[in-house]
Amino acid sequence: MPEQLAFTIEVFLNGLMAGVLYALVALGFVLIYKASGIFNYAQGVMALFAAMTLVGIQNGQVPFSHLINAIFGTDVHSFGWSVHSGLAIVFTVFVMIALAWMVQKFVFRHLVGQEPIILFMATIGLAYFLEGVADLMWGSEIKSLNVCAAEGACLPQGINMWIDETTFTAFGYGFFIDNLDIVASIVAAILVIGLVAFAQYTKQGRAMRAVADDHQAALSVGVSLNFIWVLVWSLAGFVALVAGIMWGAKSGVQFSLSLIALKALPVLMLGGFTSIPGAIVGGLIIGVGEKLFEFLIGAPFLGGATENWFAYMLALLFLVFRPQGLFGEKIIERV
Amino acid sequence: MFYREAGDFSTTYAEDQQTFPIKFDRYRYYVVLFIAIFVIPFIINDYWANSLLVPFLIYAIAAIGLNILVGYCGQVSLGTGGFMAVGAYSCYKFMTAFPDLSMFVSVLLAGVVTAAVGVLFGLPSLRIKGFYLAVATLAAQFFLVWLFNRVPWFYNYSASGQISAPERDTFGILITGPNTEAWATYLFCLIFTVGSALVARNLTRGSVGRKWMAIRDMDIAAEIIGVNPLRAKLTAFAVSSFFIGIAGALFFSIYLGAVEVGEVFGIQKSFLVLFMIIIGGLGSIFGSFAGAAFLVLLPVALKVVGVDWLGWPTDIVAHLQLVIVGGLIIIFLIAEPHGIAQLWRVAKEKLRLWPFPH
Repeated sequence: MPEQLAFTIEVFLNGLMAGVLYALVALGFVLIYKASGIFNYAQGVMALFAAMTLVGIQNGQVPFSHLINAIFGTDVHSFGWSVHSGLAIVFTVFVMIALAWMVQKFVFRHLVGQEPIILFMATIGLAYFLEGVADLMWGSEIKSLNVCAAEGACLPQGINMWIDETTFTAFGYGFFIDNLDIVASIVAAILVIGLVAFAQYTKQGRAMRAVADDHQAALSVGVSLNFIWVLVWSLAGFVALVAGIMWGAKSGVQFSLSLIALKALPVLMLGGFTSIPGAIVGGLIIGVGEKLFEFLIGAPFLGGATENWFAYMLALLFLVFRPQGLFGEKIIERV
Repeated sequence: MFYREAGDFSTTYAEDQQTFPIKFDRYRYYVVLFIAIFVIPFIINDYWANSLLVPFLIYAIAAIGLNILVGYCGQVSLGTGGFMAVGAYSCYKFMTAFPDLSMFVSVLLAGVVTAAVGVLFGLPSLRIKGFYLAVATLAAQFFLVWLFNRVPWFYNYSASGQISAPERDTFGILITGPNTEAWATYLFCLIFTVGSALVARNLTRGSVGRKWMAIRDMDIAAEIIGVNPLRAKLTAFAVSSFFIGIAGALFFSIYLGAVEVGEVFGIQKSFLVLFMIIIGGLGSIFGSFAGAAFLVLLPVALKVVGVDWLGWPTDIVAHLQLVIVGGLIIIFLIAEPHGIAQLWRVAKEKLRLWPFPH
């Protein structure tokens, strides 16, 4: 196999893996948008918040220790224990559920019936608020997140070596795929299957779909909107936690984590705001597209770092021809 | 009692149609203008100019620009930072390529260039609406910042990749570069701010503005009654980008002096200006000023209270600022979705009847 082609395929595979991570973030957006019509800009910050909370609980950090020290002149930093990461994840899930409940109770219950754009702005405000709270709670320095190393590797560490060697013997060229990306893909697949099963086969899941379909009809057959919205925000919080763990393990838990929300937006545009399969397919297209573009055109001809805008341009061009995205519901307008 | 229109009769159409038909409003406006032009330049010092007044004036222009697009025409844009960067870089190119050009001309030309770029990125708005458009304008934001980072022609091949303003004067008075006087930079920005506000105010209450508002309220209905959506949307993008470009040019040349594009004109800037118009009030020129003043004052006030009075570390104050800004936005949206401008209107209503409400 020619070298250049092999390289391209390798880039393609890595793009696919990156796409899975984008899709993971986009999934959280779609869940909330479908059920409540809120375009949740804070999804990325929720991922950051979840990852920071996880690390903070793992390391037994005292929440708001900086603030407490500044006000009372004390010097507390840590409880002095460290929590098993499985247990820490459970705690973090509880924190995210509490957050969902508070967001619903204090923000969006008061904004029912407002225009979508007002709701969108409210989520931008929420994003700032959460970011500030996360920094105040756990400190803003870069933290490393290690879920797997504590209990031995989740996956056999050698799996990328194995892929490398197998493909080398098969094609005469060894593909390198990051371990973490493989884990992320598997987790994402499980998560999507789980979500779909939840939506199809459980009572709450069916109620959720009913709300997504028609608020008033759902209300009239006795579905509690408040409960469903808290449920949906909790689910989005859970998805954010998973995305936060994946991205945090990849590049450290820091502010830039919240910017993955921006990466997920073109994915949504491409796939349509209301479609779960759209989020996944869109994520894969964007992931592969931007890696291939960077590799084939961006780096050699345009000076590199095209990944920042390529996804947006692709989505923009695409939207001009199909304004509702790949799988979105057709936009029907009436006067 | 204090605010009243009794006895204020207009006898001509011109009087009836002026910007401030009520005498009280008109005189208040003249007083503010008088103080801004004839009092402040004599008492201003570097601290006040650099930390409050000049950024306030510049952000006010940007907020007016964005308000035209979002508040009047209903096209949500998250590309403000990118358009400000276009203004800054084109101003820089004009300043360095034509050293004899007056700064007034450079800044205005920068606005024209930005307007052209704005129209280009406004084209998709004809097909895409709502959230999809908001996200699509992010393409402008990221692409433009990348462009100014990567193409050396834009920063004149300087080694640092930054642009820094050379010394330029207007009527013999130095207004850019490190050796400027506070009052000169202040007055220069003030001229642009007052001019922008006048132009914007008169555009928005004229036929162009009415078309924008028709498109905002319901574009299909507007099209049926004869508003050309192509022209209305593109003029909104052009005018809005023109103001934002001027703001970007002033931000770079007068206020900062040297700019690294990713840091100064990043996505945070887009959100900041958007917050200004939300807090100030969508669809209101006064709201643009109020929002700009609020968000320029808030960090300074927090810093004074937190760092200087309470002695907290700066990083905590910076984080608290995020919490407070985010919280305020949510509170504003819940309590008063129309912002400070609406509060002001309500206050005026109350003052009319005070102290004897029915």
